[in-house]
Amino acid sequence: MNKDKKILMRPKYIGKPIERFEDSKYLSGNAKYTSDINIDKMLQLVFVRSDESHAKIKYIEYKEALKLEGIIDVLTFKDFSELNQITSPSRMSNYFATYQDVVAKNKVRYVGEIIAVIVAKNRYVGEDALELIEVDYESLDPVIDPEEAASNNKILLHENIGSNVILERSFSHGTKDYIKSKNIKSVSGKFKLSRKSPIAIENRCYLSDYDIGSGNITLYSSTQIPGVIRDALSKILGIAGNKINVKALDVGGGFGGKGSLYPEEIIVTYLSKKLKKPIKWTSDRLEDFLTTSQAFEEIIEAKLFFDDDGKFISLEGDVIGNIGAYSIFPWTGALEPVQVIGFLPGPYDIKNFHGNVKCVVTSKSPTGPYRGVGRPAAVFVLERLVDMAAKSISMDPFTIRMKNLIDTKNLPYRIGSGIIWNDAGFKECLEKSKNSNFFKEIIDIKNKKKCNRTWIGYGISTYAELTGIGSKISVAPGMPINTGSETATIEIDGTGSVSGIFAIASHGQGLETTLAQIIADEIGIKPEDIKITHGDTSKAKHGTGTYASRSAVIGGGAAIKTARVLRKKILKVAAYLLETDPNNIEIIDGIISSLNTNKSINFSELANSVYSDMETLPVELRDSLYAKESYDPIFGATTTATHIALVEIDKQTLKVKVLKYLVSEDCGKVINPMIVDGQVHGGVAQGIGVALLEKINYDNQGQLTTANLVDYKIPTASEIPKIDVVHTEHFLPENLGQFKGMGEGGTIGAPAAIANAVADALSDYNININELPVNQEYLFQLLKNGEIR
Amino acid sequence: MPLIKSSEKISVTFTLNGIKLSKNIYPRTLLSDFLRYSIGETGTHVGCEHGICGACTIIFNGKPIRSCLMLASQVNGHELTTVEGIVKDKNLDDLRAAFKKHHALQCGFCTSGFLITISSYLNENPEYADEKEIRKILSGNVCRCTGYVGIVDAVLEVIKKRNEHKKNA
Ligand code: FES
Ligand code: FES
Repeated sequence: MNKDKKILMRPKYIGKPIERFEDSKYLSGNAKYTSDINIDKMLQLVFVRSDESHAKIKYIEYKEALKLEGIIDVLTFKDFSELNQITSPSRMSNYFATYQDVVAKNKVRYVGEIIAVIVAKNRYVGEDALELIEVDYESLDPVIDPEEAASNNKILLHENIGSNVILERSFSHGTKDYIKSKNIKSVSGKFKLSRKSPIAIENRCYLSDYDIGSGNITLYSSTQIPGVIRDALSKILGIAGNKINVKALDVGGGFGGKGSLYPEEIIVTYLSKKLKKPIKWTSDRLEDFLTTSQAFEEIIEAKLFFDDDGKFISLEGDVIGNIGAYSIFPWTGALEPVQVIGFLPGPYDIKNFHGNVKCVVTSKSPTGPYRGVGRPAAVFVLERLVDMAAKSISMDPFTIRMKNLIDTKNLPYRIGSGIIWNDAGFKECLEKSKNSNFFKEIIDIKNKKKCNRTWIGYGISTYAELTGIGSKISVAPGMPINTGSETATIEIDGTGSVSGIFAIASHGQGLETTLAQIIADEIGIKPEDIKITHGDTSKAKHGTGTYASRSAVIGGGAAIKTARVLRKKILKVAAYLLETDPNNIEIIDGIISSLNTNKSINFSELANSVYSDMETLPVELRDSLYAKESYDPIFGATTTATHIALVEIDKQTLKVKVLKYLVSEDCGKVINPMIVDGQVHGGVAQGIGVALLEKINYDNQGQLTTANLVDYKIPTASEIPKIDVVHTEHFLPENLGQFKGMGEGGTIGAPAAIANAVADALSDYNININELPVNQEYLFQLLKNGEIR
Repeated sequence: MPLIKSSEKISVTFTLNGIKLSKNIYPRTLLSDFLRYSIGETGTHVGCEHGICGACTIIFNGKPIRSCLMLASQVNGHELTTVEGIVKDKNLDDLRAAFKKHHALQCGFCTSGFLITISSYLNENPEYADEKEIRKILSGNVCRCTGYVGIVDAVLEVIKKRNEHKKNA
């Protein structure tokens, strides 16, 4: 080493709780959500939606509506006949795709399906017209109960399929010999997870602007997946991809609900082209309840076998998933139920696994991805079984988990369903949670608070999830879209400032800040000096978006890969300018210095010599300061956590209150601890909603009876406790940056932990918590039965 | 069926964020739509239009109200403050700073409503930073992203700091 070399320490921005650069615009009311954009001469759409669950459309009468001032037109399926149907293909064998007309042609399959489109000068007039339109139906029997629909082929939702089951799949690993064994014990149950709605506070909104001069279309969409939408629109409308720009501006939360293709965004885009006018549609909350993809609704029968020592021997599971009326694009309706069975074995060493899943169509709103996908249900079922097993042999819930969790030294480990867990601290997270002060405190509270007024109990849940999934695994089974890679472009302009462009689409995750932190560390500049662009298909030509806990892992990996290429270019030029070797240069907060002389330059001087000043650099060094690289982690990164919840149940009202909550998690390298904790908090809050409050209910005629925020309760500040988070960082050496996804975990672990806590609180009664949400009505029924028994 | 023709505009005069305005509006225009689309101040958001989410909260004659539950015609002669108005209030810089520090916002859609609710609570000069009470105050606004942890911490901090400041002054 050169003794004269100065030692310069580059500050690290990764790992720091840097305040978000995006915050100021929100705090001043200056953010721009799609509904905030209004364009001159813009027309608004109001949809005539089916109010029957399953029916033939006999006729639509809209003459009166057309007479209203301000009504431009009323359009029905004939006006959309050139559009292809929406269908979601899959390579899975035994899978049947569904076909949905963008505007229903002769049959409707759920309440809320689009029957006609009112084009109006403004929404008020459009809604007046809605009152004047009559639809005559021939009612068909609704298809409501998934178990019945699966076994009964008399009432078919999609006649062409010949069954209401669009997919059946089995998994089998190991043997069934254990049944003969004398010492085998088992616990089992039939579990139910209710249907829910993602409920982002911003409703969906689309605005399409057609440029007459160029024929280009800009679709402003409150979507999580602009790249997927651009590609789909290009196909459905038959327009080249470079003529459509899908732009996700500020998006007011997604949680999966804005992660699929919707008929409304096709209609808005198509009509703006056809009418050569800006066309906008803003959903109201009722439409959001009716039409934004819903989640869950599974019935799961499962049985866990174990020996006297509590060692797990086998797991058997049978899942029936009610996917609603259509198989959603691009994920298919199989996404959720297949993941329930796929993730059922959890992070445990279980030698034998036998699982089956059926995906059933019913005349309810289509389901789609929702935060956690499949795993909230899988973890709820397995963790309940684990606690039931522990109770049956009087073993402590920690001990039984510790005994069965996969040991780090046995990783990678392939579970019975075929998923491979790689480096993650399963046992470490559990141990940390048990040894925490938090745990001592809750035991203390539990012992002290024993009183006549309430029951109190705690519950734990341990789980693993696959995040940042690379090209070797599809996010949704058999999906024809590769979601395994992302591209980053980083460039330095003539003024020396740095921009990063990504196809991911942040909608609250703070990626403008975290991606800047990553690039800052790689190049040697300050994060606040980097501008991150995302969610715009004209800027980033390929990439799918933000969902499935992938953006930090894959987008972050792409940022690192690209920044490294750019840094090399910077060093090459700087070495010439500083008259030294690239290895003798350090870049700190935007100052490029020679380590063996006192010379240094800044980025503006660097850019000037490359782009403007034609004298300093030889021509071959005047290569643009630009890099673009794609990153594919090939496999996924395993994230894990243990959750502990302390709950109290009021004996009078039977209301469950979560008193305290801890998440002990391993999400690999933490980019920004403040943002990671925020994701955990938000995820847990939604998990508490799943566990205690949120329930979408359809009556036996297929009418949605929970279509507003009074009937469908989501947690407020009074229902959510303080949430503690502790971190473990287990690295995955093959992954660039060693990041793991963590935006969904809170929602995965919380329903199970709370269900276990409620069961613990009520352990004196002979009851089983096997249905979520645990609301007052459910507990009332259960306790009535429990006392009778 | 009788239709509200709503063809006759009526005139309303009111003060918005300290500025006196006069506008002609259709009588059935919702206040939230009026602010967002007629005035063009889109910082007030709409999440439910049935009075639950609180995203549309504004200050009406000094009190927080839901702008989605009022008609624009009702503001005649009254005073309104929206998030665009409280931006100018330097006294609330501490609250905005605390929101950043405690990561009290993610997607930001609920943020305007929370700032309005909190600002009017802070105006009552709460004597103690009481978490339970703060959660109760906040429970009229829904946030789907943060789990309220950061929001509660931000409010706690602002009250504590303000009270310390008062003691020392
Ligand atoms: S939009 Fe007014 S309360 Fe939700
Ligand atoms: S920050 Fe997204 S709803 Fe509150």
